[in-house]
Amino acid sequence: MATVDDYVSRIEGTCGAESDVIVVFKYEKKDEAISNILKKATLKNKIAGIIFELTFQGQSFRVYSTGKAIFRGVKNKQELNELLVALLL
Amino acid sequence: MAYSWGLSNLGKGDEVLVSLMEHHSNIVPWEITAKIKGFTIKYANVHPDGTLDYDDFESKISKKTKIACLSHVSNVTGVINDVKRIGKVAHDNGALMLVDGAQSMPHMKVNVQDLDMDFLAFSGHKMLAPTGIGVFYGKKEVLEKMPPFMGGGEMIKEVSVSQGQCSVSWNELPWKFEAGTPNIGGAIGLGAAVKYLEALGMDNVLSHEKELTKYASERMKECSKVTVYGPSDLSKKLGIIPFGVKGLSSHDVALFFDNYGVMMRSGYHCAQPLHEIFKLESSARASFYIYNTQQEVDRFLEVLKEFEQL
Repeated sequence: MATVDDYVSRIEGTCGAESDVIVVFKYEKKDEAISNILKKATLKNKIAGIIFELTFQGQSFRVYSTGKAIFRGVKNKQELNELLVALLL
Repeated sequence: MAYSWGLSNLGKGDEVLVSLMEHHSNIVPWEITAKIKGFTIKYANVHPDGTLDYDDFESKISKKTKIACLSHVSNVTGVINDVKRIGKVAHDNGALMLVDGAQSMPHMKVNVQDLDMDFLAFSGHKMLAPTGIGVFYGKKEVLEKMPPFMGGGEMIKEVSVSQGQCSVSWNELPWKFEAGTPNIGGAIGLGAAVKYLEALGMDNVLSHEKELTKYASERMKECSKVTVYGPSDLSKKLGIIPFGVKGLSSHDVALFFDNYGVMMRSGYHCAQPLHEIFKLESSARASFYIYNTQQEVDRFLEVLKEFEQL
């Protein structure tokens, strides 16, 4: 059974006043991860096929075609993990 | 510096003066040692354009000031500080002058004797050398009086135990401050980097960066959503351009550039107090070095213009 760890390489908190979190997908799984996310989240904007601006369960975030996603205002690791489970699996 | 000189020379009633544009590495060690020794840290203001408020800095130097600490060049804005001017006021008041040269040494000619700085620190990884190696320069007479800040091999001259009593003496400079097995690979790499830069000529390094910075700064004005922070007078700064894009966090900006193979730093750049002065949550930072070309700046500008679509 697939897990979030199958898709995620690492998670980084950003440096700055914003409470953003960057999720880096595993290179070999990034296309599958992005495809899964696009099936479940609502696409608000797409720029040059590079940035996907999305919302899911009231959470806005951006996914980049290089395999990185940036989530804003996520309260804690548990909330982020729940979001990733719902988006990826 | 803070652990060796600070812990043995500072106490209650003494003051350390630091500017608000410093990298955290020139703030936090003083804050840590201030809690141990009870001395006071004073902070000198920075103007909204990122330049140092010299009047404020100089007005805060007094007979209580034991050391004035200042970046030669800001790692956020590239602003060049007149460390000689500040050093003179510090010396006139009996204080020492510590300069953070991490952003100046890799980019310009620096003469420690002419600038009369007591201490200068800089990192290897910002000047083509490996990580984990750096240089701490100090005037010999001051270094001689400073105790080691770390114990181990190499920094020892003699350790002798007789009748349960241990006597220890320190090695000569610079080994007194080099405990443990040295970073040999790093030192060789740093030496090679220094030779390489010297062969290029630091004046050439500086002029190349200034040229790219001028070109990029002028062209960035064409982007309506972009705000550049720091002084508009390019003679006051080196090759760093901090900026923001309307409606996007600096991390979004950096990730966007990442898609095009353009690498830049986003966040506080380890200088949160300066971002508080700028009233920014973070910033993106374009920076140039000897390996960058005008074609690469053009690519950077092309990508920057894509933000106009957002």
